[in-house]
Amino acid sequence: MRALTWHGKHDVRVDSVPDPRIVNPRDAIVEITSTAICGSDLHLYDHYIPTLKAGDILGHEFMGIVAEVGPGNRKLKVGQRVVVPFVIACGQCFFCQKQQYSACDNSNPAETADMSETLYGYPMTGAFGYAHLTGGYAGGQAEYVRVPFSDVGPIVIPDGVEDERVLFLSDILPTGWMAALNCDIEPGDTVAVWGCGPVGLFAIQSAFVQGAHRVIAIDHYPHRLDLAKELGAEVINYEEVHVREALVEMTGGLGPDACIDAVGMESHGVTPDNLYDHAKAAVALVTDRPHALRQLILACRKGGRISVPGVYGGVVDKFPLGALMEKGLQVKTGQTHVQRFSHELLKLILEDKIDTTFLISHRMSLEEAPQGYKLFKERQNETTKVVLKPKQAPASVH
Amino acid sequence: MAKEIQGTSHGDAPLSTAHHPDPEALAGDIDARKGDVIIGRTVTINRPREELYKFWRDFRNLPRFMENIERVTVQDAEHSHWVVAAPGGNTVEWDSAITEDVPNERIAWTSLEGASVRNSGCVEFYDASNHRGTRVTVTIAYDPPGGTLGRVVAKFFQREPKIQARQDLRRFKQLMETGEVATAKPPNAAPRAS
Repeated sequence: MRALTWHGKHDVRVDSVPDPRIVNPRDAIVEITSTAICGSDLHLYDHYIPTLKAGDILGHEFMGIVAEVGPGNRKLKVGQRVVVPFVIACGQCFFCQKQQYSACDNSNPAETADMSETLYGYPMTGAFGYAHLTGGYAGGQAEYVRVPFSDVGPIVIPDGVEDERVLFLSDILPTGWMAALNCDIEPGDTVAVWGCGPVGLFAIQSAFVQGAHRVIAIDHYPHRLDLAKELGAEVINYEEVHVREALVEMTGGLGPDACIDAVGMESHGVTPDNLYDHAKAAVALVTDRPHALRQLILACRKGGRISVPGVYGGVVDKFPLGALMEKGLQVKTGQTHVQRFSHELLKLILEDKIDTTFLISHRMSLEEAPQGYKLFKERQNETTKVVLKPKQAPASVH
Repeated sequence: MAKEIQGTSHGDAPLSTAHHPDPEALAGDIDARKGDVIIGRTVTINRPREELYKFWRDFRNLPRFMENIERVTVQDAEHSHWVVAAPGGNTVEWDSAITEDVPNERIAWTSLEGASVRNSGCVEFYDASNHRGTRVTVTIAYDPPGGTLGRVVAKFFQREPKIQARQDLRRFKQLMETGEVATAKPPNAAPRAS
């Protein structure tokens, strides 16, 4: 089959690779109809995430048609259309039974789980197309993908619902949703969202659905700020104003009740702390650049809540621990427990309470995927989301 | 229930976590002697004690989750023959006898006279709190040989001896909780570009 594979920093290619096979009883093989490039794929593209190997197939946002089902799966049927969560979860361990699916104890193979235990203290769960710390599972930017524990993750999509309405159930929609849930929004609350990429935009939508009084969005790309505004957010362009002062003024001196970091480890901005991080990252003394997170810890109101869906992988310097403690902030973080939210969010989509199609700026064939990565990386203002269609020929998509 | 293996003089942490474990403190629990390497690891498995005991008690099942064991032949209720993979397609073999068997609680075994690598171990099953399943503790002691065999054994237990036990127990947990062992081995389980 054809698949998008990583070969080095800013070097992804479409290669011919072997077809995946059913190896465990609960596996399924899914033929991909739509798959997206995620902001966190850019962390891989930029080689910010360790343990990726040349030749790995990327992609963790995908959906398709069930092509084959293992003998241990009594739920899925060949021919069903499914969206597959990026988190691989067994459904039977302590964590899955608490619906903490992204902490599943069983989906990361023993050898790679060991590696993540060394890094983080406990083994991380398995995920598709995301380096070997999370299992080294092949991703879905391909014609076919093997889905382990396929009786737990995939959600069946009713006939007649187009791919683009539901594709983002795989990651970014539940991630935005959980980011807002982690804010424990109360009536009258103002939620500030750093980053108007896909997760930030879905977090804005979700915060309103969950009862936020106001949402203030922070970015510097005019088009992305426009999208945030269309969703009902007030916006701050950090290249034009001092973010914390603007937030203090806009909230009458109180500060935002909850703050969401939808930026993560590759924060932009010309500030002393970010320049310092750049310099240290260049010589590998730090791994992450948490400029946005530092800023939101200072900007959040006393006793407020901080939600971090943005991805971090390693260690940082100059973390404002004093502000975090003295202000009594609560912090909630984590990879998304996708499976917990699938049905609820599918229902909201089918009831037209959430629309995610506005986000898609580019549609391409799988063969054009390297160009999609380049666009998403270099032209972030207008490239809000690239969707790949592996079953379509290069010229037929646009 | 049997008393949990400890062996440090103060505190409740198991012997296997000690900076300088004293194998003789394990005497009575397993056949550990001065100079032995001690490996220990505990894992919580979301299945009943009886089920886990039953699966482990049939030693023929061990190769299903212990990576380096090629096969275990069961000779009678107490005796078995272990064949362990070694580098270069070689194997190391020994006979083993069960020294203690408390159904649903504890199994202990030891290698017999003539084993090229003298070793002994036990597995214990405790109810975890509040219906969280079973806490499984494995303790192994072996006499580290030198020379070529030493390198073979180092490979068997990996350079850091705890790693092998950790990975094997993780596979045991996967198998018991989900019915399968998670894998992303290329090419079938996870295709990749060569």
